[in-house]
Amino acid sequence: MSELAIETKGLVKVFGDNRAVDGVDLQITPGMVFGLLGPNGAGKTTTIRMLATLLRPDGGSATVLGHDVVTEADKVRSRVSMTGQYASVDEDLTGTENLVMLARLLGFDKAGAKARAAELLDAFGLGDAADRQIKNYSGGMRRRIDIAASIVVAPDLIFLDEPTTGLDPRSRNQVWNVVRALVADGTTVLLTTQYLDEADQLADRIAVIDHGKVIAEGTSSELKASVGAGALHVRVSGPERAERAEQMLVDSLGGEVIRESDGVSLSARADDPTRVAALLTELSNAGVEVTEFSLGQPSLDEVFLALTGHPVEEETERVDEREEEAVR
Amino acid sequence: MTTTTLDTTAEEAGTLDDSKLRSVLGNRVRPDRPGAVSASLTFGWRAMLKIKHVPEQLFDVTMFPIMFTLLFTYLFGGALEGSPTAYIQILAPGILVQTVIFITMYAGMGLNNDIKKGVFDRFRSLPIWRPAPMVGLLLGDAVRFILASLVVLTLSLIIGFRPEGGVIGVVAGIGLTLVFAFSISWIWTLLGLVMRTPEAVLNTAMTILFPVIFASNIFVNPDTMPGWLQTVVDLNPITHLVSAVRGLMGTGAETSDLIWVFASSAALIAIFAPLTMRRYSRL
Repeated sequence: MSELAIETKGLVKVFGDNRAVDGVDLQITPGMVFGLLGPNGAGKTTTIRMLATLLRPDGGSATVLGHDVVTEADKVRSRVSMTGQYASVDEDLTGTENLVMLARLLGFDKAGAKARAAELLDAFGLGDAADRQIKNYSGGMRRRIDIAASIVVAPDLIFLDEPTTGLDPRSRNQVWNVVRALVADGTTVLLTTQYLDEADQLADRIAVIDHGKVIAEGTSSELKASVGAGALHVRVSGPERAERAEQMLVDSLGGEVIRESDGVSLSARADDPTRVAALLTELSNAGVEVTEFSLGQPSLDEVFLALTGHPVEEETERVDEREEEAVR
Repeated sequence: MTTTTLDTTAEEAGTLDDSKLRSVLGNRVRPDRPGAVSASLTFGWRAMLKIKHVPEQLFDVTMFPIMFTLLFTYLFGGALEGSPTAYIQILAPGILVQTVIFITMYAGMGLNNDIKKGVFDRFRSLPIWRPAPMVGLLLGDAVRFILASLVVLTLSLIIGFRPEGGVIGVVAGIGLTLVFAFSISWIWTLLGLVMRTPEAVLNTAMTILFPVIFASNIFVNPDTMPGWLQTVVDLNPITHLVSAVRGLMGTGAETSDLIWVFASSAALIAIFAPLTMRRYSRL
């Protein structure tokens, strides 16, 4: 018996000649939020689907709450919940009908199922939409009903696959609130995300995954330390000024400066905020008009660049993921 | 349209209540898992709800049988049996079988749609009897089969069908058709799990069903067919099903036909149900 909520050793999944998950080792302690961070097609979804017993691993082993995901799949299923990337609810049915159906499948009697459905819809702010078909719900409402469907019986562990992808900021905040409530309740959460700020907001520990392999693991601050404190973005008023600015950024910050395709936006790694303040003054003194500037967290691209030496290869990876979907 | 947009915005504002959220999470009721029958019935209930919300899907179980029965009776009745009234006595049981067997393929389409939409991920991650989603789907189909049977039967009675077997014979005939329909459905559930799109499922099923339905004794007496075709028709389980249903609704079914129907039904389930379940668990 393992004391870990999730433990994987050399987990592998192969689709054709694409090693979607290529030897993933994870150790996740109970009660934490663990984030799998990576671009499209990195293997996040495949990993989470294997852990939720929806896909059979081709190699390695995985235990969830002490149970093997292959040989004791039913024991795993009775204690975990999965919220997929696409709303895993019946679009033709209403919110109430979906939740009543799931409650019945989980063993509630008729009256109990109805009461539980009503209670969940109310708590998720869907009381008014209870009797509408899901296909008439907005993106944010779908996400909420989907998560509500996952906690009809409060699970010990919940998988959230890209819970906020495609949501507007308010809906995203609502999902974050739900995740925080889950954690406060002692539920272990494994979520995947493409957004560093989301992992930063929610996750106690983060594993960065690329090409089916974990390439870095640690707390958010550990990861950021490996990338640099932040990223400086500057936009100047014209291309001729951009060249001047680029040179000054290189001189001042010392690192690589990226000129965006629009020709007037520049980004660079900025480890020391005080240098940035000085740099802005220098730019202004040199007559380089700055129309926009921000000092923020490194983006996923920057994390990737720092960790792997190559940028996110989004296009080719997307194709892989679609193939993977087709195989399903 | 403006009103709709406003409504949506208003509901969107229905915010999460943190204290309520914590209370629903704190409610850790964990009932015993339901049995196989209860889980299957819940999925059957889902199929009923889908009929309620999307009644258009009943078009093929009502309009097509009406069209077929009328067309065949009045186009071919005189030529084949002397009069439409004489022909409907032979055709009615056959067109009933044809109608129900054609509808079976929608099971595969429905399943394929569920998988594409992602709702099957949720079902597969539940700790329930594994075949329940499929069995529930087929239970829901049974309702469609019965509905289609009643449509064909009512129309046939109106245009002159007089089954000698009476109510019991007719009910037994429909019952036997349902048994075979339930069995053949497992081919389509397997297709539904293997194929990429609902359209592909439909096309494949059509390609299989068309020759099987028409190379039978549904429309004409096989005696006038070439010898090789008579052999094919005689080996076709549909032929024996139609003969048995005619017998049950008429003066009595041949035991050999009944044995053929039950044996082929058992064989279909024995082969395709395990294949479906295997594919389902490795999806």
